[in-house]
Amino acid sequence: MPVFEYAPAPESRAIANLKDHYKPFINGEFVDGSGEPLKTVNPATEEVLAEVGTASKSDVDTAVKAARKAYTGVWSKMPGTERAKYLFRIARLIQERSRELAVLESLDNGKPIKESRDSDVPTAAAHFFYHAGWADKLEYAGYGPSPKPLGVAGQIIPWNFPLLMLAWKIAPALATGNTVVLKPAETTPLTALVFAEICQQAELPPGVVNILPGAGDIGASIVEHGDIDKIAFTGSTEVGKAIQRQVAGTPKKLTLELGGKAANIVFEDAPLDQAIEGIVNGIFFNQGHVCCAGSRLLVQESVAEEVLEKLRYRVSTLRIGDPLDKNTDIGAINSAEQLAKIRGLVESGDAEGAERWTSPCPVPDRGFFFAPTVFANVHQSMRIAREEIFGPVLSVLTFRTPDEAVAKANNTPYGLSAGIWTEKGSRILWMANQLRAGVVWANTFNRFDPAAPFGGYQESGFGREGGRTGLEAYLDV
Amino acid sequence: MTATTSTSAAPATPAPLADATRDDASLRRFLLGLPGVDQVGVEQRAAGLGTRSIKKDAKRWAIDTAISMVDLTTLEGADTRGKVRALAAKAVRPDPERQDTPRVAAVCVYPDMVATAVEALEGSGVHVASVATGFPAGRTSREIKLADTKIAVDAGAHEVDMVIDRGAFLEGRYMDVFEEIQAIKAACGDAHLKVILETGELATYDNVRRASWLALLAGGDFIKTSTGKVSPAATLPVTHIMLQAVHDWHVQTGELRGVKPAGGIRTTKDAIKYLVAVHEVAGERWLVPDLFRFGASSLLNDLLLQRRTQVDGHYSGPDYVTVD
Repeated sequence: MPVFEYAPAPESRAIANLKDHYKPFINGEFVDGSGEPLKTVNPATEEVLAEVGTASKSDVDTAVKAARKAYTGVWSKMPGTERAKYLFRIARLIQERSRELAVLESLDNGKPIKESRDSDVPTAAAHFFYHAGWADKLEYAGYGPSPKPLGVAGQIIPWNFPLLMLAWKIAPALATGNTVVLKPAETTPLTALVFAEICQQAELPPGVVNILPGAGDIGASIVEHGDIDKIAFTGSTEVGKAIQRQVAGTPKKLTLELGGKAANIVFEDAPLDQAIEGIVNGIFFNQGHVCCAGSRLLVQESVAEEVLEKLRYRVSTLRIGDPLDKNTDIGAINSAEQLAKIRGLVESGDAEGAERWTSPCPVPDRGFFFAPTVFANVHQSMRIAREEIFGPVLSVLTFRTPDEAVAKANNTPYGLSAGIWTEKGSRILWMANQLRAGVVWANTFNRFDPAAPFGGYQESGFGREGGRTGLEAYLDV
Repeated sequence: MTATTSTSAAPATPAPLADATRDDASLRRFLLGLPGVDQVGVEQRAAGLGTRSIKKDAKRWAIDTAISMVDLTTLEGADTRGKVRALAAKAVRPDPERQDTPRVAAVCVYPDMVATAVEALEGSGVHVASVATGFPAGRTSREIKLADTKIAVDAGAHEVDMVIDRGAFLEGRYMDVFEEIQAIKAACGDAHLKVILETGELATYDNVRRASWLALLAGGDFIKTSTGKVSPAATLPVTHIMLQAVHDWHVQTGELRGVKPAGGIRTTKDAIKYLVAVHEVAGERWLVPDLFRFGASSLLNDLLLQRRTQVDGHYSGPDYVTVD
C-alpha cells in the first residue's frame, strides 16, 4: 500500500483555556459592556466558541476618558526606559503564553495552527520586543531632539491576523508614549481579550490599553470621538474611505492600511521551483486572508505553461482541513459572509471567461472552507484581476517584457506589496524602483520583520507600520 | 553519441531531450539553462516539510517502508567476509524476534565483497549493491573504473553505485562526465546504476540540479547524494532538489528514476522527514524501494527500535537490537 496517510495530529483545544464569556477591558478592568453581546464562532466547525460582551457608545466614552487620564497622569510622563520595561514584560508574557494564544487564535480565526504557532504569535512578541527597544531612544529616531506622543490613539484592527495586527498597533503606540483604545474585529475578539489579561499580568497602569469588542458602529464611535488624537485603521478600503471622510477637517491624525491586489512577477530566468513555493506562500498563506497577498501572478509568457503545470501539481499537495491539525496547510475561511464573497468573485471569473482550476484535495463538509483555486487566462479587464478577493484564489496573467510587467503590476488602484522572481540582480533593483508598492520582495514573499516598515500606496492606504518610519505615525512631527 | 561510448547497451536519451546531449555545446547550454535554485527558498521548504507530524498508523507505515528502503552498507577498508555475512544475515532478518519486520532493499559492499554477499543473500530477495568506479574519490582512469564495474557485475551485483568525476564536473567538462556515466551504464548490463553526485563537493544547489539532470540524461537509474565519506553528506534540501529533478524528468519523459540520499541519516525521525519529502515533492508513486533508498548503516537499528516502540507500546533500548 504505497499510501502515506498522515494521521491527524490535532493540537489540544484545552490549551486555549477557552472561557464561556469574555468582557470588554476598560481602565485595567474587565467590565460588563453595555452593548449587545456577540457570539464568536469557530469557522472550522460553525460552533459557538464563546459569548463576548461588547461596548456601547457610552463605554467608548468611558474608555477614552480612562485612556486620557492614563496618558496625562502616567504614561506620557514616564521615562522611556520605564515604558520599555512594560513592553519587554508584555513581549515575554506573549512568549510564555504562546501556545495558548496560538490555539485560541486558530479556534477563533480558522487559520492553521502551524501558522499561528510559527508566524503570528512569535511575530507579535517580536513587535513588542522591537518597540521596547525604541521606547528610550526616541530622540535618536530622527524626529527631532525630543519627539512627543500624540495622545490617545483609537485603533481598529481586522480579523485576518487578530493578535498580530494588535501588536502592530499597540506596540509602537505605547513605545512612543500614547495610550490606546482598540477595537478588535467582530468575528475574532478572543486573543485581544487574552492580551488584556497579559496587560494586567504585566501590571500596566490602568487605562493605558483599553480593548472594546464590538461591530462597525463601535469603530465609528471611536473614529468620531472628540477626545481621540489619532486613528489607526487596518481593514477594507471601503471602510477606510469612510473613516477618512469622517476624520477630514478634524485635528485627528490618521493612518490607514487597506486592501491590496499585489503582483507577484515571475521572469523566465527565475528559480522556478522556489518561485512556485513563493507563489503558494503568497496567495495561500492564511487562506489568502492577507492584504499584501500575491493574488495576481504575472508570469513571463515563455514559461507560463511550465509554471502553471508545476503550480497545479504543488497546490494539489496542499492539505486543507482542521486548523488545529499540525499537518493542515490551509484552514477555514473566517466567516460565512467572507466565504460568500469569495464564491461570488470566483463565479465572476467563470462568467468572464477565465479558466478555473480547483485543487482536488478533499474539503471538510462542515465549516467554512474553500479549496485552493487558480485562474489561468486572466486579463486585466476581469474583476478577478482588479478586485481584492481575500481568499485562496489566484489569478494568473502573463507578460512579455519587463516594461509590460511593470505596467501591468502598477495598473491597479492598490499598492501594498509586490514580488519579483528573477536570478538577475540588476533587474530586481530596476523593478523595485518602478513598482508602486510599499513592500517589494525579491525571490521571496510574505516575509515580515518588525524593523521593516509596511504600508501602502493609493487605495492601499497611507502611513507605515514597523521600523523607524513606523514611529512617525505615533509622534507629533 | 560519440563512437567511443556508443555500445549496444547504452540507452538513448529520451526523445524530448535528445537535443540536449547532441554535442558538448548543447549539453552545456541545456545544463546552464536549467532554472536556478534559490538557496533560501529550498531550505525554507525543506524545513517546512520537516515539521509534518507523523504518528500512529502513518508512523508504523513509514517505519516499515523506510526499513524496506535501506541499503545496508559497509564500506570500510577493514571489511571482511565475516562482516559482510553478518550484515547479510541482518538484511534478511533485521529483527529476529519480530518476524514480520520487512527485509531491507539491498546490502551495499565494495566490489571485492560482492561474491560473498551474493552467496550469503541467495534466494532472499535482498539485492547486492556495489560501489564501483574507484569509490569514493573516483580519481582513476576510465579503464580501471570500467574494470571495477565489471568485477562487481560479474560477481553478481544487482546494483552498481558509481561516483561521478567531480573534478571534470567542476571544470565544466560536462560531456566527459556524461560519457563516463553512459559507459558505466553500458558496462552494468542488467544491473541498475546509481549515480553518486557527491553533493557536498559540488557545493552549490545549482550544481546539484545540473549534476542530477546530467546523470538522468546519461541513463542513471538512481541519483544518489553522497559516498558517505565527505561532509556534508545527504541533506534534506539537496534531496528536495534531486526529488524535484526526477519528478520533472518523469513529466518530460514518462520515465521513472529513483533517488538515494546516503550518509548522515541516522534516526527514524530524520528518515520520516525524507519520506515526507518523497511524498510531497516527487509524489506518492516514489514511495517504493524501486524508486527511493536510504544509504545507511546505523539508521536500521533506530528504525527497528522505533518499530518495537510502536508495536510493543514501550521503548526497549539498544541492547534489544543486534549489532553487526
